[in-house]
Amino acid sequence: MLTKKEIKELNIFACEIRKATFSAIHGAGRGHIGGAMSMVEALAVLYGKEMKIDPKEPRMPERDRFVLSKGHCGPSLYATLAVKGFFPREALPTMNHGGTILPSHVDRLKTPGIDFSAGSLGTGISVAVGSALGAKVKGLDYRTYCIVGDGECDEGQVWEAAMFAASKKLDNLVVLVDYNKQQLDGWTKDVCDLGDIGAKFSQFGWNTVEVDGHNVSAIYDALEAARACKGQPTAIILDTVKGKGCSYAEKAGLCHHLDMTDEQFAQETALQDARIDALRKEED
Amino acid sequence: MFQLAPKNTKTEPMRDVLAKTLIELAKENENIVVLDADLIGASGLKAFQKAFPERTFDCGIQEGNMVGVAAGLSENGLIPFTHTFSCFAGRKCIDQAFLSASYAGLNIKMIGSDGAVTATTNGGSHQGMEDMGIFRNLNNITIVEPTDANMLRALLPAIVDSYGVFYIRQFRRCTDAVYTEDSTFTLGKGNLLRDGSDATIIAAGIEVPEALKAAELLAEEGLQIRVVDMFTWKPLDEELIVDCASKTGAIVTAENHCLATGLGSAVASVVTKTVPVPMEMIGVDEQYGEVGDLNYLMKKFNLTAEDIAAKVKKAIARKGR
Repeated sequence: MLTKKEIKELNIFACEIRKATFSAIHGAGRGHIGGAMSMVEALAVLYGKEMKIDPKEPRMPERDRFVLSKGHCGPSLYATLAVKGFFPREALPTMNHGGTILPSHVDRLKTPGIDFSAGSLGTGISVAVGSALGAKVKGLDYRTYCIVGDGECDEGQVWEAAMFAASKKLDNLVVLVDYNKQQLDGWTKDVCDLGDIGAKFSQFGWNTVEVDGHNVSAIYDALEAARACKGQPTAIILDTVKGKGCSYAEKAGLCHHLDMTDEQFAQETALQDARIDALRKEED
Repeated sequence: MFQLAPKNTKTEPMRDVLAKTLIELAKENENIVVLDADLIGASGLKAFQKAFPERTFDCGIQEGNMVGVAAGLSENGLIPFTHTFSCFAGRKCIDQAFLSASYAGLNIKMIGSDGAVTATTNGGSHQGMEDMGIFRNLNNITIVEPTDANMLRALLPAIVDSYGVFYIRQFRRCTDAVYTEDSTFTLGKGNLLRDGSDATIIAAGIEVPEALKAAELLAEEGLQIRVVDMFTWKPLDEELIVDCASKTGAIVTAENHCLATGLGSAVASVVTKTVPVPMEMIGVDEQYGEVGDLNYLMKKFNLTAEDIAAKVKKAIARKGR
């Protein structure tokens, strides 16, 4: 369980991640705001509390590994890494500009702190499974975390990987499904209905937990429960809102990929600053 | 150094040599792991599984996931070998081989069994005539077609030691020795098997013995034909190709693969840029496979020594036109 102070700090970290994400997307002029925003609390808990990492040594052998299988949501992961100090924050507005270290889809050869490359949906989860299996083969105790998109679960490879991970009893693997209910072409229920994702992972042999994906405390508790679960990988279904914390994206409804004007950037940044101020005034 | 084996010399089946060699290497190198996609009983790797059960993973029938898992395994220093049939290796795994492994700069060794007509009675669905061509699209990949089991054994230590993505095409049941047991080879360097001045046959895989036979047939007609075994399809031995074009003035490629994306087109891209000479190509041209034994299929798809010899004469006739 997180203390009240830790919850406050992680919520402030989430605001900082959102602000830094705006900086990247505004710098590019547009981007995958929706899916980048919906996973911010998960990133805040993973990089703010859960994972063993060292920004000074991004490839530290004993670090925990992270795979962003929904590779197009790089912006908020870059924001997280920049706030943690993996690379200077000044790099964020260069996203998607020629020569940048921050491409739209994550690339382990370009960005400090990116452990694996992704961008073709469905492929990242297999790599995460391999990473977790690799730790077992070598007798190492690092854990592997992977965020998968809900739309990404249309891909058959996700379920190949799910079946394989359960059959190999990879209890050092946590997959977080960002269940924001949208994909590029619309609502997931209209495009290719996912049904009950949690039930599907359970059926595939996973320890499955469903939580409010914007509640840092609930996410942390689920990660702790995953750590305690032996002999099974864990799937955490994050019930999220696509675009969460970007007011015009939330209002837009469908918000997979949107522009960000100077005015929107200023407005959204100010909203996050106000939220940070309010959080700081809360009692510890 | 390599040496041609006396005619009719036999080896153990290539798949058994694969397993035995990997077992020997894995005794010294604890990073070697093996993955298969429900073909461990067919690939020869059952013996590896028996020797190293904790380093062998049968993934079930999920080739794409297997290659993705292999990429993930390699991140911490493990050296994964994956196996499936050549048809699935190319057609089902290119996305994972591209993004999760090659683009990501990771280290995996993919083995595809029974390229093109060597899949014989498994028929057209299983005759991967395009596997090598599919993988040619990946930057910095090494693509190897060992000519016989002795070559596979000799190459494996270098494959283990070379960081990067590999595709290795094995002919599981191959027992015909082209080389002596003590031959050694260099990845990326073609083997000059026979010299001649009238034309060169650049061959790979099962076409190497056919090319040697074709050169003998043509010698009876007074033609001196150079024969090269181009077992590394990528990176291609451009220096040797240029030498063949310069010194013999005509080239015929011979491969057990579709012509659209195969060795012939790779060699042609070098020849046209450097020393343009007449070229002809032996390979499968705009046809899918079918069931049959190897002799039938080699005749059906014009892969025999006689077919090669005819193309050599055609190429020579075009010289100087």
